[in-house]
Amino acid sequence: MKILLLVAALFAAPLLAHPAAAVEPGEILKDPALEARARAISKELRCLVCQNQSIDDSDATLARDLRIVVRERLTAGDTDSETVAFIVDRYGDFVLLRPPFKASTLILWIGPALILVAGIAGVFVWHRRRRSAVAAPVAPLTADEQARIDALLSRDAER
Amino acid sequence: MRPLTVIPVAIFAVLAVVFGVYLWQVGPGGKDISQLPSAMIDRPAPQFDLPAIAGAPGRLDTLGLKTADLVGRVSLVNVWASWCPPCRIEHPILMTLAKEGVTIYGINYKDRPEDARRFLDELGNPFARIGADTKGRAAIDWGVYGYPETFVVDASGRIRYRHVGPINPGQVDSIIRPLLKQAEQNADGAK
Repeated sequence: MKILLLVAALFAAPLLAHPAAAVEPGEILKDPALEARARAISKELRCLVCQNQSIDDSDATLARDLRIVVRERLTAGDTDSETVAFIVDRYGDFVLLRPPFKASTLILWIGPALILVAGIAGVFVWHRRRRSAVAAPVAPLTADEQARIDALLSRDAER
Repeated sequence: MRPLTVIPVAIFAVLAVVFGVYLWQVGPGGKDISQLPSAMIDRPAPQFDLPAIAGAPGRLDTLGLKTADLVGRVSLVNVWASWCPPCRIEHPILMTLAKEGVTIYGINYKDRPEDARRFLDELGNPFARIGADTKGRAAIDWGVYGYPETFVVDASGRIRYRHVGPINPGQVDSIIRPLLKQAEQNADGAK
């Protein structure tokens, strides 16, 4: 029983662990509401040095600088979207971990849905064809074919 | 042939072509996909006003750099630091371009003044003006994320091209010189 509990605890441990953020104590804003907004925005912004981490996760100096910029904008009274726009203005849409929905990203957004629909349609068509193939009435043998079968069968029987 | 037998082959063929082209493009000598398109292309250079590198004026006696300095002539703006090894590799190319009469402005990124001075004393100074971006804020306004970065700025102060990483000798001829020439021609045409 004790071992079971231990195993359960081992498996549960990663769930309890908080992902380590790179935010340093000196960066944290005094206003908890503002800090929470800064954290939320930082999680959506790509670190351009590491490219697969958010600036909230990254220890790169540029990520740190951008976290500070985000906090400065918020402290200056910018809304969340104004703050994000400030960064996008300088680094482009690539800085957004969640790409915006617009003409140039249309394939990115609707591509998977299109492939899914095409797949479903394909399976549907295949299924229908197979069913109609099974259901199709079998043409009766002609007299000629029947005679050949009889001949083959009688030859086997003679051996 | 029934369509169902053709579809997997067709999908494979399309994927093979797509991956093949991609592999060919990013292969040796191909484009670097980690390089980002700049959001700044064809936009006026950002507003900034940087002081000269601090310290007693000696051999290195340069002026600071601000947005207004970029208007009036075609220039290269190079973001560099003494602590950045690729900047050192790139430096002889900047020296060559400067000797040919290309106006090069420097943004000295997060550097110690004494280190920046030593770097230029040792390797030469290709820069007509250098702004000391000690906090790295001007670099953020330029959308810089790797060092060195080089921008081609036209005579109206608009950014025409951004190059991430050191410029290699081949790229000077294939990219930088044609862009500078084109910008010069446009500037002459506007006069």
